[in-house]
Amino acid sequence: MSDWLLSLVIWLPIVGGVYVMLTGHKDSGRARQIGLAVACVTFVVSLSLYTGFDSTTASMQFVEKASWVSSFGIYYHLGVDGISMPLIILTTFTMILVLLAGWDVIKKKPEQYIAAFLIMEGLMVGVFAAMDAFLFYVFWEGMLIPMFLIIGIWGGPNRVYATIKFFLYTFLGSVLMLVALIYMRLQPDINSFEIAAFYNLNLSLTEQIFIFLAFLMAFAVKVPMWPVHTWLPDAHVEAPTGGSVILAAIMLKIGGYGFLRFSLPISPLASQELDWLLIGMSLIAVVYVGLVALVQKDMKKLIAYSSIAHMGFVTLGFFIIFSIMTPDGSINIKEAALGVEGAMVQMISHGFISAALFLAVGVMYDRIHSREIADYGGVANVMPVFAAFAVFFAMANSGLPGTSGFVGEFMVILASFNANFWIAFLAATTLILGAAYSLWMIKRVILGKVVHDHVEKMEDLNRRELILMVALAIPVLVFGIYPDPIVEVMHVSVENLLQHISTQLTVAR
Amino acid sequence: MKGLYLTIALSPLLGAIIAGFFGKTQIIGRKGSHIVTIAGVALSCVLSLYVLYGFMMGNIESQSMDLYTWLLSGQYEFKIGFLVDPLTAVMMSVVTFVSLMVHVYTIGYMHDDPGYQRFFSYIALFTFSMLMLVMSNNFLQLFFGWEAVGLVSYLLIGFWFTRETAVFANMKAFLINRVGDFGFLLGIAAILYYCGSLDYGVVFSKIVDVYNAQTTIEIIPGMEWYVVNTIGILLFIGAMGKSAQIPLHVWLPDSMEGPTPISALIHAATMVTAGIFMVSRMSPIYELAPAALGFILIVGALTAFLMGLIGIVQTDIKRVVAYSTLSQLGYMTVALGVSAYNVAIFHLMTHAFFKALLFLAAGSVIIAMHHEQDMRKMGGLKKYMPITYITSLVGSLALIGIPPFSGFFSKDSIIDAVHHSSSSFAGVAYILVVAGVFITAFYSFRMFFLVFHGEERMDEHTKSHLHETPKVVTLPLILLAIPSAVIGILVIEPMLFGDYFTGPYLKALLVDATSPIHALGELIHEHGVMGMIVTSFSHPPVWLAISGVVAAWYLYLKNPALTGKLREKFSAAHFVLEKKFWFDELYIDGFAKGGRKIGAILWKVGDIKLIDGLMVNGSAKAVGWFSLIVRHIQTGYLFHYAFSMIIGLVLLITLFVIL
Repeated sequence: MSDWLLSLVIWLPIVGGVYVMLTGHKDSGRARQIGLAVACVTFVVSLSLYTGFDSTTASMQFVEKASWVSSFGIYYHLGVDGISMPLIILTTFTMILVLLAGWDVIKKKPEQYIAAFLIMEGLMVGVFAAMDAFLFYVFWEGMLIPMFLIIGIWGGPNRVYATIKFFLYTFLGSVLMLVALIYMRLQPDINSFEIAAFYNLNLSLTEQIFIFLAFLMAFAVKVPMWPVHTWLPDAHVEAPTGGSVILAAIMLKIGGYGFLRFSLPISPLASQELDWLLIGMSLIAVVYVGLVALVQKDMKKLIAYSSIAHMGFVTLGFFIIFSIMTPDGSINIKEAALGVEGAMVQMISHGFISAALFLAVGVMYDRIHSREIADYGGVANVMPVFAAFAVFFAMANSGLPGTSGFVGEFMVILASFNANFWIAFLAATTLILGAAYSLWMIKRVILGKVVHDHVEKMEDLNRRELILMVALAIPVLVFGIYPDPIVEVMHVSVENLLQHISTQLTVAR
Repeated sequence: MKGLYLTIALSPLLGAIIAGFFGKTQIIGRKGSHIVTIAGVALSCVLSLYVLYGFMMGNIESQSMDLYTWLLSGQYEFKIGFLVDPLTAVMMSVVTFVSLMVHVYTIGYMHDDPGYQRFFSYIALFTFSMLMLVMSNNFLQLFFGWEAVGLVSYLLIGFWFTRETAVFANMKAFLINRVGDFGFLLGIAAILYYCGSLDYGVVFSKIVDVYNAQTTIEIIPGMEWYVVNTIGILLFIGAMGKSAQIPLHVWLPDSMEGPTPISALIHAATMVTAGIFMVSRMSPIYELAPAALGFILIVGALTAFLMGLIGIVQTDIKRVVAYSTLSQLGYMTVALGVSAYNVAIFHLMTHAFFKALLFLAAGSVIIAMHHEQDMRKMGGLKKYMPITYITSLVGSLALIGIPPFSGFFSKDSIIDAVHHSSSSFAGVAYILVVAGVFITAFYSFRMFFLVFHGEERMDEHTKSHLHETPKVVTLPLILLAIPSAVIGILVIEPMLFGDYFTGPYLKALLVDATSPIHALGELIHEHGVMGMIVTSFSHPPVWLAISGVVAAWYLYLKNPALTGKLREKFSAAHFVLEKKFWFDELYIDGFAKGGRKIGAILWKVGDIKLIDGLMVNGSAKAVGWFSLIVRHIQTGYLFHYAFSMIIGLVLLITLFVIL
């Protein structure tokens, strides 16, 4: 089964999605059931990626390879390692929640809505599983189309502006990445689009810097990093709840994944040369964007800014490694691993927490159709169960130990101290800023007296919503108390990556 | 032993889970909720006392044990585990005993509250978190407990979440604690970097190497600081938040918005002493960090003195006790600052009993007064509430340090330690803590006289309903009054001068010839505890305490008219105290509003104007402008296109021909 497992995880939801789209318009109830069934089966199948995973090797597993466009050296080549496998499972898990979140809320063409998400799921898994750069690019561009449609069709009143902004930003980045890929493919000593082959190109520093910058445009927009982040709050505000969840939980992670899979190993010299830039942008994300989050009046915007600030830890954890060196100029792998693994944990944890926060906003939005903080107040009086979850996830968002939100930030801050006191200092401000914007929102939305009549009428969580909240609360708590299982699967891959980067640095010198 | 310690830690958690998740169901209900939580805490209290007894008898050895590996990354291994030694045993016993008393008391205090089950769940969860904190054998778990007690404190201060003041106070408390935790986390990061582990045992042995190597860190360019001092100060910043030391003290008075039982448990007896415990636990580090100790001494002395002063002008009964707590925490910190860690823990313990007692007594008064907290509307309660009266008297005498009550021994030991300390700040600190004795006695008995003596200033309706509170309230008062009275005389010898605080993790707590309490130890050794009492009358503190009581008696009972006159005469000083030295204004108008203003500027100028306006829409406009020009070429006339195609073709052919 391991010969076609990845293909199954990619194509099952795509085929299922097409099927739902073609047949679902008559009976939307059935479309929902089929859609959910497909998502659940996909999740269960993807779990065998975990159970069958060999965490003692850094080589790709569940590999599939078939020739696709042989004249250009393009292959249908799939495989996972400890870096991509957890992200794939996060994707398939989140998709179940997304379909449940839109269950009876989406009235407009529900079958197409479900189909868009299922197809997007397959494509996103493809992004994480692709070992051929061209295939990666196809999945990468392909997954954007359903997302545009989701925001553009099921989005809020200002959806067209948001979609265009989203499209232009990401497209600009993608095109530059394509140029970089083609440039590398045209190098004399290479005959395919294999990502692994790109790792061993002997590119000069100048070439690497251009390639690094091209990738940076693509990935920084996706993460998003300051200053190319302003599309995200707009996209979130207009997107339906499910769209926001996918955007925050998965799509941002693709940017982070890109840095690990492309930028760092392909252009290690440039990464080292420009690490100050990336660290600077990450710290600005933590401090500047944290402060901006504080003054947001729209809950979704607040969480969007909070996402940007939290993703700052991801890029910080990646690029801090060049400051954790041994005296002979190679990377101190045993210490630097803390930063990279912390960043990975942060990505996964943020997937759970941001999904939960956007779902929580969705729960309230479905009741009174407002995202404005000022329209709420005292929700705990009428929705006590919901309030308990909201406080829990807000605490997780502010990095409370015992929740997964703490683990990644803790690891990255510890690793940063290794590099420089002030980097750790600025990163640690998230302790104050994260708590400030999360708890201030809780204070204004959840606590206090009921001041608006419409709040008085809000009903507590129904069974479907309760399942969603519980399904996210469990991993947040479990991985807060015992994060080792996530990190354990990625050790070898991360250390192998660091070893590769380190070797490239020493060879170049 | 592992099973025993796990039971101690987890049984309150189990109670919290049952009461929290199932408290509203038919099977558990209100009664079931208090039964399960009390059973859980009682079990852990009994077992903790058993452990304490075992240490005193020498049957139990200090032990550090790992439970599981939390995380393994690169060369770093983070483990969860327990370290139980005499220090931990004292903390476990104090925490679970006070917690048990508060649980029982809550049955009466929260009797009619709709959030009854939730309350029990929270306080049991608190007990679990606090136990995790004190029983930890590593910094990671310490930080977990540290923040978890902060979370429960947040939940409990805002327990009555419809009150605007309560939900403001809980956010304030959490955020100010986060400022402290910010320093604490950096301290932990420094420890990991320099010692390579977060396990206490490893850290305490590695830190000696760091000290011997005179390792320095250059945080501000050009300034080399010893790493051990830096670590000590960073960790202490965390303690300043949790144990409410100046300038991070402002959250504690506001935390009185929470129900009174938690003020007793969390904001007097246990959580706020976490910082004191932490520094004592880290004594092997602090003993190598003289600059950090100097800093601690100054902060503690200022807190002890200034917070006592504010206590004098408070009119809310709970706030007086809150400022008293701040001041007493300052005393404990002072003891830490002169390396008298065991004295700090001793005062922590006596304070836990008498301050929990004072809070619960205040709560008893508040119940009787129908939730009136203004002392100006009380008076003469002595005859209505005899048990509350007598227990309050015991608590107050213990607080101000009248022999032979418990507070006398602990506070006098602190003052004596400062007196004999060789620290360069000891002189200033000594003046501040001695002056603090008078202030403590004055505000304590001001409160005592205003509440229990003098004319009855309450309205007729309240007066007609006044009576002693029910047994579930008075029983904990009595049970706390007993240790408040006698615990000092019983344990001072073994705790301060015996070999109680020995063990691999407590080397620095040993009393040797260089210890500042060495002289006191010899006195007690020769003349016994009575000798200490007799000698104390030849030193100023006891007399200052007595004169404080007399002054309060004169100003508030004998000649109340003078009080008003004095207030007018010293109106400027009174104003400064009422404004509490303007710390709140600085934080709220300065930092909080300032932060929001900066955030608004970054958002409106940075994001909206510069990034969106200039970069994004600007490039969109540039494209638009460019296409506006290019558009002129696309006229739509066929012959224009044909013409340009021909020109293009000619150009291309020319190019080829030339090449």
